[in-house]
Amino acid sequence: MKRENKRLKLASTVACLTLGTVFALNAHAGATLDNVKKKGFVQCGISDGLPGFSFADAKGNFHGFDVDVCRAVAAAVLGDSNKVKYTQLTAKERLTALQSGEVDMLSRSTTWTSSRDGGMGILFTSVAYYDGQGFLVNKKLGVNSAKELDGATFCIQAGTVTELNLADYFRSNGMKFTPITFDTSDESFKALESGRCDVLTTDQSQLYGQRLKLSVPDDFIVLPEVISKEPLTPAVRRGDDEWFTVVRWSLAAMLNAEELGITSKNVGEMIKSSKNPDIARLLGTEGTLGKDLNLPNDWAAKIVAQVGNYGESFDRNLGAGSDLKIKRGLNALWTQGGLQYGPPVR
Amino acid sequence: MHTQIVTRPRFSLANPATRALIFQLLTVIAVVAFGWMLYHNTYTNLMHRGITTGFDFLQNTAGFGIAQHLIDYTESDSYARVFLIGLLNTLLVSAIGVVLATVLGFVIGIARLSPNWLISKLATVYVEVFRNIPPLLQILFWYFAVFLSMPGPRNAHGFMEVFFVSSRGLNMPAALPADGAWPFWASLALAIVASALMCRWATRRFEATGQPFHKVWASLALVLVLPTLSILLWGSPVHWQVPELKGFNFVGGWVLIPELLALTLALTVYTAAFIAEIVRSGIKSVSHGQTEAARSLGLRPGPMLSKVIIPQALRVIIPPLTNQYLNLVKNSSLAAGIGYPEMVSLFAGTVLNQTGQAIEVIAITMSVYLAISISISMLMNLYNKRIALIER
Repeated sequence: MKRENKRLKLASTVACLTLGTVFALNAHAGATLDNVKKKGFVQCGISDGLPGFSFADAKGNFHGFDVDVCRAVAAAVLGDSNKVKYTQLTAKERLTALQSGEVDMLSRSTTWTSSRDGGMGILFTSVAYYDGQGFLVNKKLGVNSAKELDGATFCIQAGTVTELNLADYFRSNGMKFTPITFDTSDESFKALESGRCDVLTTDQSQLYGQRLKLSVPDDFIVLPEVISKEPLTPAVRRGDDEWFTVVRWSLAAMLNAEELGITSKNVGEMIKSSKNPDIARLLGTEGTLGKDLNLPNDWAAKIVAQVGNYGESFDRNLGAGSDLKIKRGLNALWTQGGLQYGPPVR
Repeated sequence: MHTQIVTRPRFSLANPATRALIFQLLTVIAVVAFGWMLYHNTYTNLMHRGITTGFDFLQNTAGFGIAQHLIDYTESDSYARVFLIGLLNTLLVSAIGVVLATVLGFVIGIARLSPNWLISKLATVYVEVFRNIPPLLQILFWYFAVFLSMPGPRNAHGFMEVFFVSSRGLNMPAALPADGAWPFWASLALAIVASALMCRWATRRFEATGQPFHKVWASLALVLVLPTLSILLWGSPVHWQVPELKGFNFVGGWVLIPELLALTLALTVYTAAFIAEIVRSGIKSVSHGQTEAARSLGLRPGPMLSKVIIPQALRVIIPPLTNQYLNLVKNSSLAAGIGYPEMVSLFAGTVLNQTGQAIEVIAITMSVYLAISISISMLMNLYNKRIALIER
């Protein structure tokens, strides 16, 4: 017995230490940007199948708004938006995968919060999608407002901000609820459909997307209440400022391109003929933005040509050009009453 | 002692004992240095990345809801309490699973040896089907195909208007302590003590004089009569709170959530298949001569099994049975797939994600499983020692 005991102890120590080594080895991998250039692809963490944000088509190619952010970074760094390898992560896995260096960046509808930005060794770049938490209920229940949900059972995804917001909302309204927590978004929707819970709650964008996957989408309605701020933001590991800047500016380039009217169709034209100095600086015909970022000078032109500007990507994946038909709302440019705002290029 | 060391200097590389000592010392130093290097490296890198370390997070407010908690819990409680709830939920499933799987396993194992063709073949089919399907699939099957396909709470199947089965689980009346609770428990305790004393007295008398006494019937009478008297005198020990449909769900009463039901059922059915085989092999290991001897003494099949065969078979059964118990406990972590809030799903899942402290959370979770498993194997080893063949 004693001997067995010792052996078990040793085994657990070894296991702990192995876990430790995973963290240890990665820190010596060097700056992420150099590493990405050397290996020739961006390892990008995306969600496990979310319509509009990241989903695989019949040929196994990934599409979606989150995927486009990964592709933009690959276009900027490697000049080819296809040089991305994707890692599908559940909500539970995503932060550890980024911390441990399994992925170079996370573009996985992840809410930027203080606790994640603070003590978890990750840094959020800038908001890709302004979202809020909503509720999806079966029409049969006859519920029209979240305030009528006292005593209801909720399906949620483990390890999300959603879990915390839900508890806060019910606590502040003096109502009771029962949470049933699932690992994946699909499992929670399946449980909603089979009646395990009355309500499913997650970010509104996901509600619209996943609702389409239900067998009878029209049986379910999205309640009007939005109970939280969910700035969905790409994230990188802490301690690599250079890589952080590249990811942040890849998204900013898409926003600036939309604001300046550069699209994937006219970008070639713009490079040749535009007189606008803002456009010239962004597309690299003037100034040293590319050099400053340790990128080729035509990095932003490559992004717009291969991925499109912010508006194009939004329309294609989430908006009018998709099945989801989500309105731009908060995600319209600041010039059109939204919150999206690319920092100036100069 | 002292003079010995002086007269026979032992420190010499030619001495094999000294060499062995040196090598062992070097190995220990190497292992410790390796461990320290890993620790130091991890710690430095965590610091470098700005990842919080240490166990302070256990005191922080959790802030999320939990579907099933055996102790009181609100969202403002700490992660430490969440840990406790996860641990209790794991222990609950394990305890119920171990008991049910043992009973079912023994029944199936004995049934497999039955001279009745149908019974033995049914038992064989059971064993072959359930031990060859991965436990996760079985859990998902019971959960999604059985429990979640029940009607919603508004169309629940009711039994006698007090039990309700729906996709929300099994709702049943709760027994809340009433006025008669204290006298009831006191009289029950009294009855048990009295029967124990009576049994001792009866055994002594039997050994001394050979006069038998109806111990079982007398004890049963005591245990039944005394508490009934207390109920008649002081009223019922419990008052029943019947669940009723209010709003979305049943309110009041106790509820067994479908996640718990599916997990317990799947683990029981899966593990029982293995236990059945262990029981069968245990019984087979008892030589046929024992059966013949018991028969020739005129024992009926029941007492023959319980007094002659099983006690001898247990010696073969207990060690592999321990393994099955350990497997059951560890398999309970598969509940993460159906959202039952046990250690892995609740603590190594939600808490890990909310705090981001992977190393600490995983280390705690691993040591919990280690502790549970070691406790079980220690208890089983103790039991094994007690029932071991005492050679005279």
